[in-house]
Amino acid sequence: MEEKILDILEELCGDEVVREDLDIDLLEEGLLDSLDYSELLVDIKSELNVVISPSEVTREEMNTPRKIIDKVKSKLQ
Amino acid sequence: MELFTGYIFFSALVLLSIPAIILGIKEKNIKYYSFFVTLVFVIWALIKSPQAIAYLIAFCIFEYLIIQAYLKIYKAKGRVASTYYTFLFLSLLPLMLNKFLPMLPGHYKIFAFLGISYMTFKGTQIVIEIYDGLIDNVKLFDFMYLFLFFPTITSGPIDRSRRFEEDLKRKISKEEYLEHLGDAIFRILLGALYKTVFAAIFYQAMLRLERTSNMLEMIGYMYAYGFYLFFDFAGYSHMAIGTGQIFGIKLPENFNKPFVSKDLKEFWDRWHISLSHWFRDFIFTRIVMKMAEKKRPKKKLHRASLAFLINMSVMGIWHGTELQYIVYGVYHGLLLAITEIYEKKSKFHKKNKKKKWYHAIQWFVTFNLVMFGFLIFSGKVV
Repeated sequence: MEEKILDILEELCGDEVVREDLDIDLLEEGLLDSLDYSELLVDIKSELNVVISPSEVTREEMNTPRKIIDKVKSKLQ
Repeated sequence: MELFTGYIFFSALVLLSIPAIILGIKEKNIKYYSFFVTLVFVIWALIKSPQAIAYLIAFCIFEYLIIQAYLKIYKAKGRVASTYYTFLFLSLLPLMLNKFLPMLPGHYKIFAFLGISYMTFKGTQIVIEIYDGLIDNVKLFDFMYLFLFFPTITSGPIDRSRRFEEDLKRKISKEEYLEHLGDAIFRILLGALYKTVFAAIFYQAMLRLERTSNMLEMIGYMYAYGFYLFFDFAGYSHMAIGTGQIFGIKLPENFNKPFVSKDLKEFWDRWHISLSHWFRDFIFTRIVMKMAEKKRPKKKLHRASLAFLINMSVMGIWHGTELQYIVYGVYHGLLLAITEIYEKKSKFHKKNKKKKWYHAIQWFVTFNLVMFGFLIFSGKVV
């Protein structure tokens, strides 16, 4: 699951750094804008069957690869 | 009496704040007292217009009933798109009647009370989040308190129900409350300074420049109006947020140095934030997701552009049905789409985007595009 999310993120951000640094701030680094975020939610839904709605969590709660992975994990349980 | 205007309001605010501050310092629950103060201010502000009070009550009851009805249906039938769209439409119906009926023959004006535009966001947000499975019950008191909370009732910041309810549940220690209180007093004074000094200065400049056919003076008017809008609304927002804090609610922020933005996407993350983020979370992102799922339009960039255009046009109409607001929305939608395409496609942009001179140009272009947008908004162009 973790691997899949990192694949999605790498594709969206166009940068391998998301694998190397799980705590990188994706918003501050300009790696994930509003548009990429929407696509991220679509990809998480289609590939992992986990539905996260756009207003469910704030962007600050989803600003690093680790937080995104943790959120998906918590929804899987 | 008008909220956040004049010394009668502010004197009353100081007096009515005292019990709230005592409750806060004693670590007691402020919400029932605060609700009482809210009722006092709302009734006082509307006392001269019983009709507006009647509309306000009718509006709140209507929104509450459709939310309860939708909750019931959702629990029985689950996530059904057609029911969802019906209730979404219902939650928007009073605002649409208010905005569009005056344009039709007969010119009926209904649901006429200050704040309906802002209150509608709250009802619609609850309907959408019921559908998303994020809300499974709505208590009458919390609902009424959220809708009527006096610092935000006329012009925001636009709060959201789940966030608001968390504030209601949260226990604040004496130290934390005192810290909030200090911050609150500072922000109310800062807001007053913004409005009574800076906004007033730019307003005077506007008066001197507005009846002109001289191009240069028109440009002067444009900047004066832009800064007036900022100081007036950011000043109000400071006061509203500060007041909210005294009464135990930490409202969302509305402004974060908008004029330092280097592109329009950044600008909308810094200007009227509670509005633009509402649109982002409840309209833009959802349109993009729908289109991405259907893969229509095929190209990601086309989907983005279309979503920006729809999103900002709706925001334009929300401001008002007059032509200037619609043009303002379309203007920003088009510019955001162009920004997106430029930043994704241009090699020149990618090569220089970390350079200082390039930032200076970006800032200059963005600042002037924003100011020209305000000129459209002012109604001087169309």
